[in-house]
Amino acid sequence: MKNRLLFLLLLTISQLLQAQDMATTFRSEGKIYVVIAVASVVLGGIFFFLLRTDAKLSKLESEITKRENSKEL
Amino acid sequence: MKLDTIWKAACIALLTYSVIGGLLMPVPALDILNETIRNLYFHVPMWFTMLALLTVSMVSSIRYLAKGELRMDHWTEASVHVSLQFGVLGLITGSLWAKFTWGDFWPPDPKLNAAAIAMLLYLTYPILRSTIQDEVLKARISSVLAIFAYPVYIALVFILPRMYASLHPGNGGNPGFNAYDLNSNMRLVFYPAVFGFILLGWWMTSHRAKMASLSKRMEELELSDTFLESKK
Repeated sequence: MKNRLLFLLLLTISQLLQAQDMATTFRSEGKIYVVIAVASVVLGGIFFFLLRTDAKLSKLESEITKRENSKEL
Repeated sequence: MKLDTIWKAACIALLTYSVIGGLLMPVPALDILNETIRNLYFHVPMWFTMLALLTVSMVSSIRYLAKGELRMDHWTEASVHVSLQFGVLGLITGSLWAKFTWGDFWPPDPKLNAAAIAMLLYLTYPILRSTIQDEVLKARISSVLAIFAYPVYIALVFILPRMYASLHPGNGGNPGFNAYDLNSNMRLVFYPAVFGFILLGWWMTSHRAKMASLSKRMEELELSDTFLESKK
């Protein structure tokens, strides 16, 4: 698993190092990284929301299970 | 580690990778498309996710009708709901992409129109549900709709457009997906993006299904509360 991840990382890096023919000014100004930062923040926000919802749903579920169990007794 | 944690972590990793790799990794330089070829990583997975979730809805409908577990009906409702969201995103992103490459927000393309009709077909699902009060009847009738709408969706989106000339690759007289697919660099991002978005759709669906199941259990608790009080 770790080796595969490392391989993927190296692959990405090696491909970044290759010369780009397309949209060179777009990259040479380096501002594509701003876009990546923004997109990553958006993604991060979505993941945060999903994980929070996960936690809240589990909490609600355990509370309901508790109430159901107390009923049965 | 729990299975839940594994696939959620995989979803986060795959999507993060596909956004970064999708913007940075090299792509073939093609006329007209230019850098918009990268939209392949974000527009096409919307449709793959929609298809995957509709498959889930079809399977859970069959399971509901076979076993009568209300939980399965919650899964059908949730997967159709989330798949419609992805379908809307697919239409909007495709429309934007079309404007800058094919010259129109809605070019006269059989795949676009068929996809729009297929969306309308599945829009009847939530509308049908909202018209039926009885819970079991609602679940049964809408399960039947979800089962039969599925092959119609497949025919509309994946079969009929291929029989006519279409602007979409892989249809009619067009050169096909191979033009991009042969590029192994793009595959390195495209497949992870597809799997990442499908997992995201599954995640969103599981939330909605769980919410429905929990509110059902809450309802039953409250019902038994009022029953106990009336007994006193």
